[in-house]
Amino acid sequence: MAANEQLAMLVQPDRVHRSVYADPAIFELEMERVFGRAWLVLGHASQVPKAGDYFTTRMGREPVIVIRKDNNEIGVLVNRCAHRGAMVCAEGRGNAERFVCPYHGWSYDRGGELKAVPFVSGYPQGKIPELGLRAVPRIVLYRGFIFASLAASGPDLEEFLGPAKKSFDDFVDRAPGGELEVAGGVFKHSYNGNWKLMLENHLDGAHPAWVHASSVAVARNAPEPGKPGEEHYFDIAVRQMRQNGAPDAVWEATGIWSTRYGHGYMGDYHSDDRLVVGMGNPVFDDYRKGLIDEVGEKEADRILRVTLWNTIVYPNCSFMSQFRQLRIIHPLAVDRSVVYTYSFRMKNAPPRMFRDTVAFANVVNGTGSWVLTDDLEVYERLQRGLSSGAVEWVYIGRGYGRDVEEPGSTRRGATGTSEVFIRGQLQAWLAYMQKK
Amino acid sequence: MNIQEFLYHEARLLDTGQFEAWLELFTEDATYWLPLERDQKDPLETSSIIHDDRTLLELRVKQARHPRAHARLPLARTVHQVGNVMPLEEKNGELRVASTLQVVEFRNERQRLYGALVEHRLRREGDSFRIAHKRVDLVNSEGELDGIAILF
Repeated sequence: MAANEQLAMLVQPDRVHRSVYADPAIFELEMERVFGRAWLVLGHASQVPKAGDYFTTRMGREPVIVIRKDNNEIGVLVNRCAHRGAMVCAEGRGNAERFVCPYHGWSYDRGGELKAVPFVSGYPQGKIPELGLRAVPRIVLYRGFIFASLAASGPDLEEFLGPAKKSFDDFVDRAPGGELEVAGGVFKHSYNGNWKLMLENHLDGAHPAWVHASSVAVARNAPEPGKPGEEHYFDIAVRQMRQNGAPDAVWEATGIWSTRYGHGYMGDYHSDDRLVVGMGNPVFDDYRKGLIDEVGEKEADRILRVTLWNTIVYPNCSFMSQFRQLRIIHPLAVDRSVVYTYSFRMKNAPPRMFRDTVAFANVVNGTGSWVLTDDLEVYERLQRGLSSGAVEWVYIGRGYGRDVEEPGSTRRGATGTSEVFIRGQLQAWLAYMQKK
Repeated sequence: MNIQEFLYHEARLLDTGQFEAWLELFTEDATYWLPLERDQKDPLETSSIIHDDRTLLELRVKQARHPRAHARLPLARTVHQVGNVMPLEEKNGELRVASTLQVVEFRNERQRLYGALVEHRLRREGDSFRIAHKRVDLVNSEGELDGIAILF
């Protein structure tokens, strides 16, 4: 496998080697050193409200079960029988008293402890109690979001998140009473490309005008969205697609920040003409009143004026706090990835707010979206281009040399379209990869 | 045109790239729906692979013609195979019709196969019909799906 010196060669200040995206051996090492170590976002506590509630997911490629245990804590178990290795739980979600392996009937409780083994007399005495489902060693909740790490030691979550923690605060603070729940279905979109390509796209302010040119054009010629209180169903789609065609100056003025461990976030590029019902809209006003009842007017207005668009938590998550969309990326192979997109309902907000979230999800994150399908096409073209050895380097130099150091190990791009966040992601990637 | 002929006609418009003519089959108040979840009741409280009103459906057709619609250039070639056509009921001037659909899509050296249960709500118009509602339940709607850039 690649020695550290070789790995260091692959990531240079303003360029990265194509093998980082295309070499299966690099991918294998990433699963161990990046996904096997980093804190990964697994989901939200609302997905497992009662004891025994569970859902299956992946940590890197490891199949895991996220479960609410009898002591009300959330556990994460590797979904693999201690006996012969079969997945003990079919994929999906539900409520279980026991996980019974379909192969020989070994059964495990909600904490992963092995409780029953058929033909038990055949095993050496004392062996059975040592076996169980492997528990993922570190699990921490931050304001309802479930984080886990496959590594027993490493930076704690606070250090790991750094300033990116504020984006989760933004997500939760916007919900009156902080009450959020995952709702409205899960999109699972896959593509023939490396997992990093998505994370390098979500904060890229220079791509929408090109990648999304066709949806911008058709939306510009669409009927006008309605005034507050006179909205049409199509408004959210039309507004968001038009917004992707914002003038260059808007993108350049949008802030972009990169933080330690590869996280990043961008300021909002939307004008006051908000996508989802905004100021002046009766539904939004109701929502705002609810928020004021909880935290007072001053705090409510502070919360509503936070302008964050996408936040990336490296290496597996990207979310939109204002629009309550969270995307988790699962690498499947060096050139194959799948992204799960969740929408969140604010439990104490007017129901219409959630309908707008759903409509927004369909436009931006839907498998049949006008917008997403063009991103996926470009990821696949990237992968095909990067699979060619005819040219070795990928250039990531937009804004390079003009990054602005800010407090808290944060680096701001010179302009909103800076590739500072890609450079930051790859520096973090290299740090994970070089650590033996 | 009887119901079966109408559904075949609709499929042929899609398979011969006559998307604008296909769009004209839909009424002004039509909805076009690919639910995300099995037995999904509601398109407003749960996400959908596609949920378009007539305005959005028109944008979808127009996007397919745009010179920089990357996921639609080249346009996929398709075969829409309609089967098991069965009228369910006639109510409020609308005919509810169930059918099954298999679609073969070819684009960029890749062939994909879709299967779906379909329900149309049709309004009689002259010798033919208009589509007031079309619901396409893909059998893998809840599965991991690559981007969908074709019309069903």
